[in-house]
Amino acid sequence: MAEYRIQIKDASKNYGKVEALKNANLNIGAGEVVLVIGPSGSGKSTMLRCVNKLETLSSGDIWVDDDCVTDPKSDIRKIREEVGMVFQSFNLFSHLTALKNITLALTTVKHTSSEEAEKIGKQLLERVGLSDKEKSYPGQLSGGQQQRVAIARALAMNPRVMLFDEPTSALDPEMIKEVLDVMLDLAKEGMTMMVVSHEMGFAKAAADKVVFMDEGEIIETGTPAEVFDSPKEERTKTFLQHIL
Amino acid sequence: MAEIDKEARIEVTDGALIPDSAEKSIFSAWNISFFGALIILIILPIVSPDPYKEILLFIPDGVAKTFQVTVLSIIFALVVGLFAGLGRLSRVKIINRIATIYVEVVRGIPLLVQLFYIYYALGKLVQLPRMTSAIIAMTFCYGAYMGEIFRAGIQGVPQGQMEAALALGMTRSQAIWKVIIPQTFKIILPPVGNEFIALLKDSSLVSILAVSDLLRRGREYASTTFMYFETYTIVALIYLVITLFLSRIVAYMEKRLKINGRV
Ligand SMILES: Nc1ncnc2c1ncn2[C@@H]1O[C@H](COP(=O)(O)OP(=O)(O)O)[C@@H](O)[C@H]1O
Ligand SMILES: [Mg+2]
Repeated sequence: MAEYRIQIKDASKNYGKVEALKNANLNIGAGEVVLVIGPSGSGKSTMLRCVNKLETLSSGDIWVDDDCVTDPKSDIRKIREEVGMVFQSFNLFSHLTALKNITLALTTVKHTSSEEAEKIGKQLLERVGLSDKEKSYPGQLSGGQQQRVAIARALAMNPRVMLFDEPTSALDPEMIKEVLDVMLDLAKEGMTMMVVSHEMGFAKAAADKVVFMDEGEIIETGTPAEVFDSPKEERTKTFLQHIL
Repeated sequence: MAEIDKEARIEVTDGALIPDSAEKSIFSAWNISFFGALIILIILPIVSPDPYKEILLFIPDGVAKTFQVTVLSIIFALVVGLFAGLGRLSRVKIINRIATIYVEVVRGIPLLVQLFYIYYALGKLVQLPRMTSAIIAMTFCYGAYMGEIFRAGIQGVPQGQMEAALALGMTRSQAIWKVIIPQTFKIILPPVGNEFIALLKDSSLVSILAVSDLLRRGREYASTTFMYFETYTIVALIYLVITLFLSRIVAYMEKRLKINGRV
């Protein structure tokens, strides 16, 4: 067994001349919750999206357990089944009901029978507190509800890792808590999570590790107490003053 | 990555005029044209049964034929268009190239020439029945336009939909068929409706192959009775009533889709 659930090694990503990610190194153990913070454009999304290969690294390597994401010979689809992703803009399938959003990948990717998929879907909707919304379309749900369905959709594949890219940034303030609560439950259950977010409450309650990024680089890594209360780097201090 | 859903809208050049929904007055251009044409069509045979009533009895076969050509062609064109559109977006170079060449070739040759070509020129190799040639030519031509509509429709689906599907472990083709294509239908419905109207009008060209559509029936009547003015007046009015009626339906669909927004 690999030592870490996620291992990011000397990872760099360029978009033409833009160095979105510069030589990043990060190890995440099973069950760890890692919060990624940093100013806009600092490469947080890029790093996250390289983990499930929505973007391909320019150099370096990423492993999920024993599977090398960056190895062209790996079956990336198998790895993606193990790595759930939640997006800032939810990206629910707008032509499908909440329940069908959850079951689609089960039936097409895992070839689960539709009765079984529906059972799983209903359980997950109950888990995120939306049992009464199974027949609703995304357009009929609030942002918070949509994001909870999106989390349920990712969980349906029974992933070992969950990636969250600013899951609450597109939400009205009063809906942030319902989504964070679902994420907190997940953290408590021992899910390995990589979360791009500036929600301090969530960080204090759930994060094992905080990573501060700036201009494509990982500047500082530590426990929430270390990074938030006594940051070592000047850039981290400046940034924290900004958001607190 | 925070793409806000833009209202995807596809403009097509040659449909019928879309009634402006803001135009609410009973004297709107659409109302005047449509009911004007309809009233003339009703009054003429009453006031002067000879020849108008006779013309109106002679022509309906042609209307049926026109619809037959139009509906069959549009169905085949939709299928061809779906693949042409996918081809135009394909990452496989050769497929992409073939689809693009197809679109360019079709756009560069007048439909009437395409009709002649398929019936007369290719007739040297295989002589197809007139009706079949007509439908093949219309399909070939409109398939290319439909392809551009599908392409725009697929591109109109937010990027995040594909990403979400891939992130769940779907293949690109699963994502395209299960996630992207179903969402394009809403986007392409109005422009496809417009193409239907355009095709219906263009279908009058098939009369040149002696397919007895609306225009051909008119010509048959006129050439035996020499009543060109009367016959073609009726033919024009019938085309007008049909296309105006259909354009109203398309506009209505468009409005409904807008109200429903993202269902
Ligand atoms: N698809 C892309 N094409 C070109 N540049 C990109 C692309 N995605 C991100 N970038 C650039 O990479 C840098 C890092 O972006 P991103 O990872 O999205 O930052 P963050 O998520 O921290 O705001 C930015 O300068 C951004 O403009
Ligand atoms: Mg980002």
